[in-house]
Amino acid sequence: MPEVLKAPLVVEFPFTRSLGPVQSAFLTGLRDRVVLGVRTGDGRTLVPPVEYDPVTAEEIRDLVEVAPTGTVTTWAWNHEPRRGQPLETPFAWVLVRLDGADTALLHALDAPGPEAVHTDMRVRVRWADDRVGAITDIACFEPYDGDAAQPTGHSGEFADPVTGIVAAARLDYTYSPGRAQTAYINALADRRAVGERCPACRKVYVPPRGACPTCGVATSEQVEVGPAGTVTTFCIVNIKAKNLDIEVPYVYAHIALDGADLALHGRIGGIPYDQVRMGLRVEPVWTEGGRYPDHYRPTGEPDADYETYKELL
Amino acid sequence: MSKEPVAVTGIGQTKHVAARRDVSIAGLVREAAQRALDDAELTWADIDAVVIGKAPDFFEGVMMPELYLADALGAVGKPMLRVHTAGSVGGSTALVAANLVAARVHGTVLTVAFEKQSESNAMWGLSLPIPFQQPLLAGAGGFFAPHVRAYMRRTGAPDTVGSLVAYKDRRNALKNPYAHLHEHDITLEKVQASPMLWDPIRYSETCPSSDGACAMVLTDRAGAARAPRPAAWMLGGAMRSEPTLFAGKDAVSPQAGKDCAADVYRQAGIADPRRDIDAVEMYVPFSWYEPMWLENLGFADEGEGWKLTESGVTELDGDLPVNMSGGVLSTNPIGASGMIRFAEAALQVRGQAGEHQVDGARKVLGHAYGGGSQFFSMWLVGAEPPDA
Amino acid sequence: MTAVSRDIAVVAFAQSDILRTTEEQSEVEMLMPVLHDVLDRTGLKTADIGFTCSGSCDYLAGRAFSFTLALDGVGAWPPISESHVEMDGAWALYEAWTKLRSGDADTALVYSYGKSSPGSVRDVLTRQLDPYYVAPLWPDSVALAALQAQALIDAGDTDEPALAGIAARSRATDNTRAQLRGSVPQGDYVVRPLRTGDCPPIGDGAAAVVLAAGERARELCPRPAWIRGIDHRVEAHGLGVRNLTDSPSARLAAEKAGAFERPVDTAELHAPFSSQEVVLRKALRLDGNVRVNPSGGALAANPMMAAGLIRIGEAASRIHRGESDRALAHATSGPCLQQNLVAVLEGDPR
Repeated sequence: MPEVLKAPLVVEFPFTRSLGPVQSAFLTGLRDRVVLGVRTGDGRTLVPPVEYDPVTAEEIRDLVEVAPTGTVTTWAWNHEPRRGQPLETPFAWVLVRLDGADTALLHALDAPGPEAVHTDMRVRVRWADDRVGAITDIACFEPYDGDAAQPTGHSGEFADPVTGIVAAARLDYTYSPGRAQTAYINALADRRAVGERCPACRKVYVPPRGACPTCGVATSEQVEVGPAGTVTTFCIVNIKAKNLDIEVPYVYAHIALDGADLALHGRIGGIPYDQVRMGLRVEPVWTEGGRYPDHYRPTGEPDADYETYKELL
Repeated sequence: MSKEPVAVTGIGQTKHVAARRDVSIAGLVREAAQRALDDAELTWADIDAVVIGKAPDFFEGVMMPELYLADALGAVGKPMLRVHTAGSVGGSTALVAANLVAARVHGTVLTVAFEKQSESNAMWGLSLPIPFQQPLLAGAGGFFAPHVRAYMRRTGAPDTVGSLVAYKDRRNALKNPYAHLHEHDITLEKVQASPMLWDPIRYSETCPSSDGACAMVLTDRAGAARAPRPAAWMLGGAMRSEPTLFAGKDAVSPQAGKDCAADVYRQAGIADPRRDIDAVEMYVPFSWYEPMWLENLGFADEGEGWKLTESGVTELDGDLPVNMSGGVLSTNPIGASGMIRFAEAALQVRGQAGEHQVDGARKVLGHAYGGGSQFFSMWLVGAEPPDA
Repeated sequence: MTAVSRDIAVVAFAQSDILRTTEEQSEVEMLMPVLHDVLDRTGLKTADIGFTCSGSCDYLAGRAFSFTLALDGVGAWPPISESHVEMDGAWALYEAWTKLRSGDADTALVYSYGKSSPGSVRDVLTRQLDPYYVAPLWPDSVALAALQAQALIDAGDTDEPALAGIAARSRATDNTRAQLRGSVPQGDYVVRPLRTGDCPPIGDGAAAVVLAAGERARELCPRPAWIRGIDHRVEAHGLGVRNLTDSPSARLAAEKAGAFERPVDTAELHAPFSSQEVVLRKALRLDGNVRVNPSGGALAANPMMAAGLIRIGEAASRIHRGESDRALAHATSGPCLQQNLVAVLEGDPR
């Protein structure tokens, strides 16, 4: 069996997150070097402040300032920082209970090595130089041997609060389409459309998906189909898609290749868009280096009779 | 032992808008959930379990967000399930929750569904750059428009039917304070003059992209007896799935939709849906899906659905009102859209639908679908308990 | 909870070999043989099944709606009654159990699958954390488990040699499906105090179970694994508000599932990290008389989204084979055991 295809898949987006009042206050506070917690109905102070009491589920809004100093409640030494983590040099992950808080905040602790870190050690916030209203406005924590810092008495109200964050996220995958689709894509390189036949119902699937979807069994018998086919239905696209360099209007069609039992999708060219019709006979047009046909154009044959393709829409 | 009857005693939703920039994801979901609790006059402590649903996690960029949402939904120390069945998920989620009551696993369950589409861009989430694959040649509308053309070819429906649906749904939305689109100056001429995006689908015949959440409190007979307002009773509910694409698939009237409806009608003792059901809230993301689903759900013979639309039967004051809320065409927080349909059906039989109330609605169908017209979920709710 | 209206059992279980990578196969190509295997064990066909439910995760695959293509392997034609959870398959089994309990179905097919190999699962899992305060720091799954492990060490609940012992015992399994077996070096720190050996292998795999109710179960299986109780509970999301050395949600789920009513002889725990077995043993009150993870558990094979269902399947298989009479199966989800499911399975008296 030839090797399966593989290629990188990058899933990346800058998510725009609105914060709501409590998270807005906390992150705005960090921007202004103030740490806020939220007080629960029974008098606990939660830092970082959450919107809903984890115990009672009540909505909580009573903001209270706490100190930028605190105590490590547990830690873990990270000798190999990964992309996106707070420090690029080895550091400790820590949960820190800030002075005045009843719960702990997750962040990084900059320390020379694991021997310099222990539970119950005292730490303080090291502020980032450029602060925008994000959890990363705390650059990290650092060891601190002084007393608890005094809060400034901040009310939790801000004139120009941060109301949203942009959370960019990138994940890297290696995508492989598996056996059946690899065979299909390899055949396309020779400009051949090769599908697979279901051993049970005898239907031919192009592209093959490795399984017959109605019988739930593996397909393996390869069957070359096309190259010509029939437009079974279509729409005229008048709206330009962001990622496509195709002039509108154009026709996007379902095309049943001769010998296939399921239509595939393609663009119709070589004919004015308003003359495309159901039943039109078409053939693929390739461009140099294209993985898929660039588009399909009329063969000039008479249109197919509706009865011959009505099951293939 | 027979199943426990399931009652809807609380319904809540957010005012659906393009972007809720004033709340977090938790804040959005919580708002709907709190309104459902308030409607049922219950507290968080009264809830035994939470069932939450939404469409793909890539839409908000949070993997399995229910873990983060546990606190906001008062689920700490409770069972919580997360359902994902593509566009039908809002309906499926409600059915999973209902079954917890029906099976007497729990007495009172909170179910909620949401989407906060403004956190990203749905088309990004739906068209990740998967290697080797042919890029999508058209947007979401392009996926469905060829099926609409197939419907028109099959039935000979005049090409104005889609605009009638859009005009009706957008007018219904004006009566629904929670609907996203409130186009006060809508006219049929404007719909018909709107740009043709994916011919045969016009701009005004497509759904918006919304931030929104919907929640319901489902409970048993004892819970319904304590409820402050009339309950909606589940008379039947079902899910059906078929493969995404397969040889012989009828994308215009999928078999899974027919089977799902038949199962619901069997459970509810509906012999003739056109006669026995008072109104329908169905999942119509593109206007033409109204006549298509009317046939698929058995309200019209094959090829005849468009005649109901054209003759005004599906208007709010018609004989079989469809999408009283304004429908998906007016509001579409994807993951919540199915539950909004189910909730609207329940509101109607409770007599709580306000200005979009159908007089005398006793039995109303809620319908959702998703994927490549392959996942279906439906429920029929009534003003009276089953076998009453 | 009202008395169980009818008895429901696991009557068949199948799983794939759990491998570091299955890039030769698409998800459906990996899953389909497992579905055939589990149906063959009962003689049932897809059309005979009353309800189908699956569990999987788009974020592992890096694709939205990835579960829709897996459905191709089921053969959902004529259309089937079907649902999907974006959770481990153990919760799909729970949903199916409720469908059988309500009488909507007499048999159910439950499956789940996960491919961790395409992405970097340590990074992928950061996306399930609080998106405002935590996810922007990209704390990976091993780091969070290490914070929990250190808390356990500080509390005197365990130490590094004891964790190494758990890892070695887990991998001394005869489970031929497992990814890591035999003598595996404990290795260097990944995130201290957790070493390579304390962490689960990263791998791909699929699993499937058939459930049946009452007499149907007896027809399909000589010794059904009756589900005497099943329950699941979730905890607060923030690590800083939880006591990481305990698992109140696992304990509560076990209590609701009836696990404490009398002792179990076997426990299959979904503890991806050695330190998490320490937490679970305490919460679930498992003493030295209980055989814990004879399958090797998640330390021997941890296909995400399937590993929890596999615990139920492994426990049931031992009952099917007469190697256990009363077994506990556990599944987990979320950072540091945030969500936990417990099932108690029993065989008929021999």
